[in-house]
Amino acid sequence: MDISLKFSPETLPESLLLGLLGMTVVMLALVLLMAAIKGQSWLVSKLTAGKHSAVPVAQPVAAAPAPVAVAAAVDTAVDLHDVDDKTAAMIMAIVADETDIPLEELRFTSIKRA
Amino acid sequence: MGEMFIKLQELLADSGFSQLFADGGWKNLVMIVVACVLLYLAIKKQYEPLLLLPIAFGMLLVNLPFTGVMKEAVGDQNGGLLYYLYLGVKKGIYPSLIFLGIGAMTDFGPLLARPSSLLLGAAAQLGIYCAFTLARLIGFDVQSAASIGIIGGADGPTAILLTSILKPELLPAIAIAAYSYMALIPIIQPPLMRMMTSKKERAVVMQQSRQVSKTEKIIFPIVCSILVILLLPSTAPLIGMLMLGNLFRESGVVERLSETAQNNLINIVTIFLGITVGATAAADNFLRIETLAIIALGLIAFAFSTIGGLLFGKLMCWITKGKINPLIGSAGVSAVPMAARVSQKEGQRANPTNYLLMHAMGPNVAGVIGSAVAAGFLLAMFG
Repeated sequence: MDISLKFSPETLPESLLLGLLGMTVVMLALVLLMAAIKGQSWLVSKLTAGKHSAVPVAQPVAAAPAPVAVAAAVDTAVDLHDVDDKTAAMIMAIVADETDIPLEELRFTSIKRA
Repeated sequence: MGEMFIKLQELLADSGFSQLFADGGWKNLVMIVVACVLLYLAIKKQYEPLLLLPIAFGMLLVNLPFTGVMKEAVGDQNGGLLYYLYLGVKKGIYPSLIFLGIGAMTDFGPLLARPSSLLLGAAAQLGIYCAFTLARLIGFDVQSAASIGIIGGADGPTAILLTSILKPELLPAIAIAAYSYMALIPIIQPPLMRMMTSKKERAVVMQQSRQVSKTEKIIFPIVCSILVILLLPSTAPLIGMLMLGNLFRESGVVERLSETAQNNLINIVTIFLGITVGATAAADNFLRIETLAIIALGLIAFAFSTIGGLLFGKLMCWITKGKINPLIGSAGVSAVPMAARVSQKEGQRANPTNYLLMHAMGPNVAGVIGSAVAAGFLLAMFG
């Protein structure tokens, strides 16, 4: 390493300018990308809306976790503290839905009231 | 008997033990202790063990005297094993392959659902330029300062790629600082998050994002590659590989390639990358005052990146009249998914009904793109 450290205030204006330029470039690139994403979403929604109006087919909806299965999981595997089975089953179903992870792939060890 | 004694003496003189107690041998001893501490942190404390463990072991191997594991190939003489494996770092191959795997593992859905997350990912690159300015101020040259600054991107492969091109001598210190701070995000970020936001802001519950269609997810990696690489061609190895991996995942037609990229390939490359980066930490190269300066500047870079994301989060909260929780801004520092988890935890601390994880994943993956763009900019300037 051929580096010798010493206080070099003369570098400050140039470094600050470069930092400003760098942040501007990053911001610009990501703003461009944001605009592209918005454009692509708009385009896709227009195209799919057209398709849907032409062929009115029922959209497949992700199946909600079966209450029986949830209840069974609550009964067998999860430690419940101050939470009834029904609430626990709802929490587990919401977590599965929010995370897009099938319930059978999630493992709950305990649920307690905060 | 005398001859045997001489042979024994020669054997001892040729052993690594003799070197450890010879002039300068103490440096190797110190590095062996450092390597053992890092091994302890990786195994016992589980600080980024996937990378810290091979890095620490590489460091251990290279500091055992006379091993020649990093010996350069000269003429007909073969080099050491790690010298050859290190070529993948030197030529920028491993970080790009890791990005391929990361792309195959990443769901850009939360980002596509809320494109404004990209702005948070951009704002959270502030630390890169703050650390760059400070590094220049204390006397580092521009290449070193750029390599140090990129620690603030909280993205290991990006930091390794940039440093291996701009200042390879700093690679071990920068890689170790970057991965250590990434592991310490749950300790570094929360105090800053509490300092920069009010309890009311932290308690903001965000509305559920819209569903993103499969078509949008397939188009995104193609559009992103074209746009970003056209703007900054030097980002091609990172953004190109990241988006290729993501296209593998989202297209649904190359399941085997996607599986390989996100499992076997990334694991193999991680082993090679970790052990060879660690092996660059030879005592003479590592035990210097500059290493301490790099580690301190790395922490500053992380802190300022977090602050940048939070400040922009506050701005978005104000503009949207309280619809955005500013805590998701700190997730813009890459470090997927650790930073998003920290946002979730802090949000829930302020309001137990808060569920910020999916909202924070948007800025989190935007941070990966942001840090790659920042690295591309620094490469274009100083490469």
